[in-house]
Amino acid sequence: MKSIKVTSALVALLALSLASCASPTSGNSTTSGSGSSKYTIGFAVSTLNNPFFVAMENGVKSEAAKEGVTVIVDNGNNDPATQLNQVQDLIQQKVNVIILNPTDSQSLSSAVKLANQAKIPVITLDRSVSSGTVATFIASNSVQAGKMAADELVKALGGQGEVIDLQGTVGTSAEADREKGFSDEIATAPGITVVARQTANFDRSTALNVTQNLLQAHPNVKGLFAQNDEMALGALKAIQQAGKSGVAIVGIDGEQEVVNDIQQGLIYADIAQQPTQEGVLGVQSAVKLAKGETVQATVDSPLQLVVKGTSFKGF
Amino acid sequence: MMKWIDQTKRKTTSARFNLGWMQKYHLGPALGFVIIFVALSITSRSFLTVHNLLNVALQTSVNALLAIGMTFVILTAGIDLSVGSILAFSSAITAGLLIGHVNIVLASVIGLVVGALAGLLNGLFVAYGRLAPFIVTLGTLTLFRGATEIYTGGVPIFNLPEAFSSFGAGALVGIPIPVLVTAVIFALGLLALQRTTHGRRIYAIGGNERAAFLAGIPVKRYLMAVYVICGALAALAGLVLTSRLGSAEPTAGFGYELDAITAVVLGGTSLFGGEGTLWGTIIGALILGVISNGLNLLNVNSFYQDAIKGVIILFAIMLDRKRAS
Repeated sequence: MKSIKVTSALVALLALSLASCASPTSGNSTTSGSGSSKYTIGFAVSTLNNPFFVAMENGVKSEAAKEGVTVIVDNGNNDPATQLNQVQDLIQQKVNVIILNPTDSQSLSSAVKLANQAKIPVITLDRSVSSGTVATFIASNSVQAGKMAADELVKALGGQGEVIDLQGTVGTSAEADREKGFSDEIATAPGITVVARQTANFDRSTALNVTQNLLQAHPNVKGLFAQNDEMALGALKAIQQAGKSGVAIVGIDGEQEVVNDIQQGLIYADIAQQPTQEGVLGVQSAVKLAKGETVQATVDSPLQLVVKGTSFKGF
Repeated sequence: MMKWIDQTKRKTTSARFNLGWMQKYHLGPALGFVIIFVALSITSRSFLTVHNLLNVALQTSVNALLAIGMTFVILTAGIDLSVGSILAFSSAITAGLLIGHVNIVLASVIGLVVGALAGLLNGLFVAYGRLAPFIVTLGTLTLFRGATEIYTGGVPIFNLPEAFSSFGAGALVGIPIPVLVTAVIFALGLLALQRTTHGRRIYAIGGNERAAFLAGIPVKRYLMAVYVICGALAALAGLVLTSRLGSAEPTAGFGYELDAITAVVLGGTSLFGGEGTLWGTIIGALILGVISNGLNLLNVNSFYQDAIKGVIILFAIMLDRKRAS
């Protein structure tokens, strides 16, 4: 009995302390534009715990304000079940269009099918769903990003030298596509040898260790491609701590930390995605759909090459 | 030839293959380590160099610190699944303080205290709440990760002072500082477990908690203590990682609890408590370290790495299979 009391007291204490630091982030709706708002758009975002998606949300909100449409933002907190409920709620509220940035491409297919039944068009952002009808899918082209990164690396090395390829988490579409774009393009440069292709799981600390190991095996490396910015930053630490200089690093994503390092000359280039732009394109397509106009099935969100001197803030 | 795997014939066959002495002194993990070490020395030109071996030691230090703490917990027949999240949370706190220009030593100490307090919370639930350690730490695994996400807003904390990096990236007489720190912690842990009454009591609790209680050992206090040690060491591992990276990641330490548990089990410590050594744990951690290093040096295709790792781990555990009984 006593132990049960102690436990429940501890649980209560914990719940209290959690409640006190929780902040209301989900389900806030923004009414933009005063009288002119004819349309209501639902935006179901996978998470707002990541700067990438926060930037996307900003893009959606600012464009909605410009177009004078109302937008309801739902944060799925990376949980497919939560997001499914949120999409159902949006359908109940009879929004004109749903912009969905799915937490999971499998689970959210059922949400898209529900919207299809209710005849509400769905736009997917950054990731799409595996089934159900999607009016338009807006994302940056990962194959293209890999290709651009290869071109920058070739340019940095003057077409000569050994390079390392740090891969993301195997089994993800981002890894497969970025790898394809990079591999196919780097193969066209006869002077460049990819001496190692190793995964570092899109993770900074893993990349630090893997790069340290690879520098042991390949001391003459002149360039390094990291499939995302987190790994580029880990690789940079490994290269600095090994006391090496003159290794050109190219990453993908557009993280602010990397953009800063590029301006300082520590990282050579970055292929930046533009989540804000994805949000803007999403709202533009949504308005077209609401007016009954047609839209393209897929839209490539533009990639931005960032090198020293490029004025780009990153996210 | 592989007949000795057969559980029912274990005792007689192990004598026939003269593995008895090896098991008696828990040399299974060490043998596994030596085999992997020799194999890599032959297959990779870059493996057997002083620089690379120091590299492996440096990379192993984070997991070794976690695994040392985990050994204390597992010896009491407990488990701590929350170490990766404690690492992330305490690192974020330290990094946040450093960004706010708090003195480096003070910020680090506060990080360690946060880790110890997180461990204390686990210990309270386990010892006084009488809840299963697996359930408690499964809960705090999520709780501390959530707290980290709230604190960091999902964004890495970077631009930490240069002087802080000299802890993780620096070296003393050629040996990386994290390796020296791990060695000191290992020595202290070994001393505590093998040479003090406290250590013997921890073994006794894991062996038979009821008997230990009846023998007058303050079981609850010891249970709390092992989780506090584990939490504090997770925070120390976090300091090492953060200073090596020069930034605190909200995703840091994700899944590290499994690596730590693997190292402990590879080292021959029984998950049922009461049996095992820190020597085994450190060898277990080194086995994992050389495998990762070796797979990189040999440029093994990323798709095959996890499977190969799994096979090697199972093989190493088989060498010490007496534990399974």
